[in-house]
Amino acid sequence: MKTLTFLLTVSICFFSGCQSNTTADSYINSNIEDNTTDVNKGQAFIEDDGSTPNILQIAIGSKDHTTLVAAVQAAELENSLANAGPLTVFAPTNEAFAALPDGIVENLLKSENKGTLADIIKYHATPGNLNAEFMKNFKKLGMANDKSVAVEVVDGEVLVGGAKILGSVPAGNGIVHVIDKVLLPPNE
Amino acid sequence: MKTLNKIIFTILAIPLLLSGCQTGNSGQSGALSSDVASKVYVKPGEHDEFYAMVSGGFSGQLSVYGLPSGRLFKVIPVFSVDAEKAYGFNEETKPMLNTSHGFIPWDDSHHPELSQTNGETDGRWCFINGNNTPRIARIDLGTFETAEIIELPFSGGNHSSPFTTENTEYVVAGTRFSVPYPQKDMAIEEYKGNFKGALSFISVGEEGDMDIAFQILMPGFDYDLAHSGKGKSHGWTFFTTYNTEESNSLLEVGASQNDKDFIAAINWKKAEEYIAQGKFRTVATEYAHNKYDDATHSATSTIKKSVKVLDPADCPGLVYFLPTPKSPHGVDVDPTGEYIVGNGKLSANLTVHSFDKVQQAIANKSFDGEAYGIPILKMDEIVVGVVEQAGLGPLHTEFDGRGNAYTTFFISSEVVKWKLGSWEVVDRQPTFYSVGHLMIPGGDSKKPNGKYLLAMNKITKDRYLPTGPEVTQSAQLFDISGDKMKLLLDFPTVGEPHYAQGIEAEKIKPRSVRIFKLEDNQHPFAAKSDKETKVVRDGNTVHIYMTMIRSHFTPDNIEGIKVGDKVYWHITNLEQDYDVPHGFSVMGAQNSELLVMPGQTETLLWEPLLEGVIPFYCTDFCSALHQEMQGYVRVSGKNANVPLKWSLGDHM
Repeated sequence: MKTLTFLLTVSICFFSGCQSNTTADSYINSNIEDNTTDVNKGQAFIEDDGSTPNILQIAIGSKDHTTLVAAVQAAELENSLANAGPLTVFAPTNEAFAALPDGIVENLLKSENKGTLADIIKYHATPGNLNAEFMKNFKKLGMANDKSVAVEVVDGEVLVGGAKILGSVPAGNGIVHVIDKVLLPPNE
Repeated sequence: MKTLNKIIFTILAIPLLLSGCQTGNSGQSGALSSDVASKVYVKPGEHDEFYAMVSGGFSGQLSVYGLPSGRLFKVIPVFSVDAEKAYGFNEETKPMLNTSHGFIPWDDSHHPELSQTNGETDGRWCFINGNNTPRIARIDLGTFETAEIIELPFSGGNHSSPFTTENTEYVVAGTRFSVPYPQKDMAIEEYKGNFKGALSFISVGEEGDMDIAFQILMPGFDYDLAHSGKGKSHGWTFFTTYNTEESNSLLEVGASQNDKDFIAAINWKKAEEYIAQGKFRTVATEYAHNKYDDATHSATSTIKKSVKVLDPADCPGLVYFLPTPKSPHGVDVDPTGEYIVGNGKLSANLTVHSFDKVQQAIANKSFDGEAYGIPILKMDEIVVGVVEQAGLGPLHTEFDGRGNAYTTFFISSEVVKWKLGSWEVVDRQPTFYSVGHLMIPGGDSKKPNGKYLLAMNKITKDRYLPTGPEVTQSAQLFDISGDKMKLLLDFPTVGEPHYAQGIEAEKIKPRSVRIFKLEDNQHPFAAKSDKETKVVRDGNTVHIYMTMIRSHFTPDNIEGIKVGDKVYWHITNLEQDYDVPHGFSVMGAQNSELLVMPGQTETLLWEPLLEGVIPFYCTDFCSALHQEMQGYVRVSGKNANVPLKWSLGDHM
């Protein structure tokens, strides 16, 4: 329990830290004329083909996750997924997004809904490098948006928020679990 | 999507940028022209134009700075142990500091020298000398780590080192202090004639392998500095001498009696011929050759047993003495290879010899006698120019490639710019204070980059915030692109910034290693996956094969260690990600931490003295869960029966 609380605390610091960086960057970009560098700044944009791909690079490289990648970019969360981590990310497939009611994804991608979209994406990430087997030790996981998702074991298989893990890819900064369902944060 | 963003941003940024520049120009042009700060300002996130490899002097290390900013990037441990990087403390690097005197944990590093191809710096390696227990090190500029160290026999005070030839065929290393030859127990007052000075020519292989190709056994003078010829003078190396009086006490008086000392000109191509003809003696001795291997992540030390020695008396044409006034310190060869500048440190003048005239004098046998069988050339016939009354106490000269030379003057604390050929002084700038060496990137090569000059000062007094009796030494950056030198910046340094070399960053950046491939790791105690982790006891020696990855050690609970055990922690960093080293430390470790790069294995020896449950942890802030990266090792009494046991995450 202690661990969980701590994980949660870390996740908040971790993500809120990144957000304020992003804000600072955009502030600099729009206010200081001298700063002529690209808007795409940060660890997500370092070219490095020698290292193990990180979570962001794995997502970008997957043809089944184009919707997720578009959502991450719209929410400007690229740097968080390329950070030192370690992070466990649940990555819903395009099919999972398509299963949402009509119009939802289009709506979330609108700039006025950036906050809601970021909240949903953060609900798919938790600090730590947790493989599927290891997750069976938990009843729930504290996610990066400060809400928890239930973990259960059904027929020997782990389900996260009711989603099935279709496959797992180790990343340089954690692990990606491909899931068959979009996780929606519980309403307050 | 990303590209689109980029394009949109660029379009949006253009008007902003233009208007920004315009405001800047109209409002600040007057202020900017005198604003030296902007000339050394490297914007956050941008890179410096040059690397500067600055020696640490009595720190024994080599520091890496950026120019023009003066920002410090790394201190590379070379001749001194470094607990931060476990250099000389972990089992892998201990052999690097092995010598014929045993393990030597400190030295005095003076002259960094970059490898050259066709007389230009090539960014492969940086060599540096250890003065005290004579050694030469080679630093790999892919890893920025010390890759090799070779000890020098028959040497004492390895100061005229390690200066390279045009294609790094050799780095040379001359002894400052002559010593009995062979080294033996004898009366010091019998110095004259019995002490000798060895000049070593160390061949450098394609992969960097250093080997003492031969030594030249010279009279018992002090050999102070050196530089090799280039272009037309390629094939020759020049060493300055002082104490040609062969004084063995109170040298500050005794070694300053003669009006002239010598620059020794060595024809090393001739030496190669004599070696090929078998005109050498093989002399038995012992010296260490230490090499670090990036595949095993470990160093080995081999004791070599002999060296080939050439005696100038048996080898006509091998050595000539060029008389040069007043204890010349630096000897510097201009980019064309024609001018050999002797900086007579007790003089006010600089003496410049012509390589062509030296060749002519040799051909004409214009000798002014000889010393120990070595012909002394007639000074009048080889001097091409004198820079008169340029300052007090000239030490070193470098070149800008535009026909100018720059000389440091220790006593008058200044850098003086003068013209090659006309020998006139054209500018002088004070330094703060007591400048020793100076450096222009490539300034001792065939192709100087004459944009900046770095002057290195021995004394700073009031220049910085005081820090007790010991205050920092410093480097001062000058802009030399115009007619007059302009002071841009001075910045504190690590240890004594004795000498430095500079190089365009682009020659090194693409070669910089990012990770070590785990699959290439051949360390005998590597655990390349969690499955390979284990704890093995052999008597009272215990080997722990451990891995580390964000954010845990495997195993992280170990039991069955006993007081009196010698515990070897062999720790492999499983990360394959740039800039994710992990550290390791365990309470009561009597040596240091470990700092393990991605894909690397390092070993810490730990000898627990007390019973208890001892924590260990990661010391390099690696990840969001860095504080969780910890473990416990249980230490039981000498005769306890606690079984050996190790685990990770067993009791969740």
